Amino acid sequence: MKKASALKLSLIALGVLATAGVTATTAIAAKTDDGITAKTMTDALHTVMAADRKIYTKLIISRLAKKEKVITASEHWKDEKALVLPAQMFRYASEEVAKKKPSFSYKLLSEWPINKQNAPKTKAEKEGLKFIAANPGKNYYTEEKLGKKKYFTAVYADTAVSPACVSCHNDHKDTPRSDFKLGEVMGGVVIRVPLK
Amino acid sequence: MAKKSNKQYWIIWGALSVLVAAYLTYGLLEKASATQPLMAEGRLMLLPGHTTHAHHQIELACESCHTEAFGGGELIQEACVSCHAEELELGDDSHPASKFDDPSNVERLEVLDAQQCITCHVEHKPDITNPMGVTLPQDFCAHCHSGEDEMPPDHKDFGFGGCTEAGCHNYHDNRALYEDFLVKHSTKPWLLDEPQLPKRAFAEAAMEMMMPYPMDQYPLEPLSAEQHDAPSSMSVDPKVHADWLASSHAKNGVNCSACHVNQDPETAGEMVGQWIEKPDHTGCQSCHDKEIKGFLAGKHGSPIAQGLAPMTPAKARLPMKSDVHDTALTCSTCHDSHKPDTRKAAVESCMSCHNDEHTLAYKASPHFKLWQDEIAGKAPAGSGVSCASCHMPRVDVETEEGSRMMVQHNQNDTLRPNEKMIRPVCMSCHGLGFSIDALADPALIKNNFNGKPAKHVDSIDMAVAKDLEARQKREEEKRKRAEQASEEVSAEAEGSTVAEEYEEDFDEYN
Repeated sequence: MKKASALKLSLIALGVLATAGVTATTAIAAKTDDGITAKTMTDALHTVMAADRKIYTKLIISRLAKKEKVITASEHWKDEKALVLPAQMFRYASEEVAKKKPSFSYKLLSEWPINKQNAPKTKAEKEGLKFIAANPGKNYYTEEKLGKKKYFTAVYADTAVSPACVSCHNDHKDTPRSDFKLGEVMGGVVIRVPLK
Repeated sequence: MAKKSNKQYWIIWGALSVLVAAYLTYGLLEKASATQPLMAEGRLMLLPGHTTHAHHQIELACESCHTEAFGGGELIQEACVSCHAEELELGDDSHPASKFDDPSNVERLEVLDAQQCITCHVEHKPDITNPMGVTLPQDFCAHCHSGEDEMPPDHKDFGFGGCTEAGCHNYHDNRALYEDFLVKHSTKPWLLDEPQLPKRAFAEAAMEMMMPYPMDQYPLEPLSAEQHDAPSSMSVDPKVHADWLASSHAKNGVNCSACHVNQDPETAGEMVGQWIEKPDHTGCQSCHDKEIKGFLAGKHGSPIAQGLAPMTPAKARLPMKSDVHDTALTCSTCHDSHKPDTRKAAVESCMSCHNDEHTLAYKASPHFKLWQDEIAGKAPAGSGVSCASCHMPRVDVETEEGSRMMVQHNQNDTLRPNEKMIRPVCMSCHGLGFSIDALADPALIKNNFNGKPAKHVDSIDMAVAKDLEARQKREEEKRKRAEQASEEVSAEAEGSTVAEEYEEDFDEYN
């Protein structure tokens, strides 16, 4: 009896895993209108985004504002005649890209956002952010339906690449979390590609 | 007999119907009807309802918004953006359409489509139009900003409709209202130690070539009476000649042809036309391009910009003086062409038309007293406050080469909502807190700021309290982290002691 129920449980577990695997494989294999897989596209996009983001943070913010102290960085960059913060740089670029109406969209979200508007909203965003925080080095891929459209949604970890990330977030008056450490996941880049 | 008479009536009725239909069709389809007094009435009859205060002076230019006969919402949106995009961007719009492009906003947009201007600003609906031309019920903020995630704890007792009413928030322009700005300026007194409005800098801007000024043709040097370049065939009115000679134009090398012959603004000074007896705004444009742009964007000049006859006080919705009802508003209405006097343009020109309580109370106000003292030379330049100081202020504008000071001739640039006036105007002389309170007091506005604000807007106090609380929390967290780190260091130190002991043991063993 015990053996039978153990077998039954194992089969159910196998079934669940297989279903999850098929879902994940389906999501990963999903293709864009142009024939390349959505995953290839989002991975490529993210490589560029992450590199630009890292370079701006290290070569501009950390070097000029933190190390050489020749200029400050501020979220009120216009009023303070300061450098645009890395997260703002990322967001402005995302909005500029959106104006061109491309076949993808991206944004930076966090479970601990300074601006509440950058908290996850959809189920995929919430699950994705939790996944990347719990599984360092791994990305999250899924499919989701928003309104009447279906999307391939990828979430990539956004980590603290420089001490400036940590100190600014930990010290900001609106931060919901103040114990970030260098190299930790602070949020995630969400990239969406519409599917047919 | 009766049948014959009926037939006549039918013919007359039919002919009249055709005439009325033709009259209305002409009004509907032909934009020129808007500029012909008799025909304009036909166009007016077809309006589905009067437009808001923002557009009423151009409401007969139907084609400005309805760019195609059967265009949909997209075309209307394009029309809104074509006039308003730049000012929204300059105002750091808090809710730009681009913010809602991300697909995750789809549910929000289904509730309130923040990407379409007409979601909140529907035209031709005077019965449901609220202040700022908003046609939604005043609790519209709550559609997206409600619940614990959206509303800060110190806002929990506030009503739904008060967000934009209380002097705390605007939907678009919050440059003077955002939290850190409130905190930064929280300690300023009601009147600054050195109240000073920005100074004029047109000549400097021209010198630095920060504008398409035709310097080669009109060098900044005084002209003599004989140097005028009006055609010799013309008989020049001695008064006009004398006025010009005494004007800042002649004193700065601006000759007759600079205004009376069209200049190409692109090539700065290249003449492209014949002598014009009565130049319109295009005659001023080659040197005062930014000023003209502002004039054409505001209520005074927008009819011209939309191809209509110039605005007249008769068409205004604010009370105007009856003796000037038909005065056409062009540059020279406020700036006498040959005797441009900016002081007159800054007060007397305004007061010659405007007849509302705020205007009529000006001459009894402290601002006017300061203006009189400046005019009389008893007080320094920039200490007097004219009508234009607030409604057509000197502002820094971006140019291709940098920025320059100019007079913003769009009178609405600092109005509606009036918090737009705080940074470029009020804060030159007053503290932020006083400015917010004063502009939130309708009675004080009516009497032209003759007194102090009756009510206090709590926004600065709330921002300061929140800032203090957050800082204390951060400090406490930092202290705890430091404590924790110090404990870890002690533990590591203890660990090394054990290791050292082990090392010693090892040495001893060997």
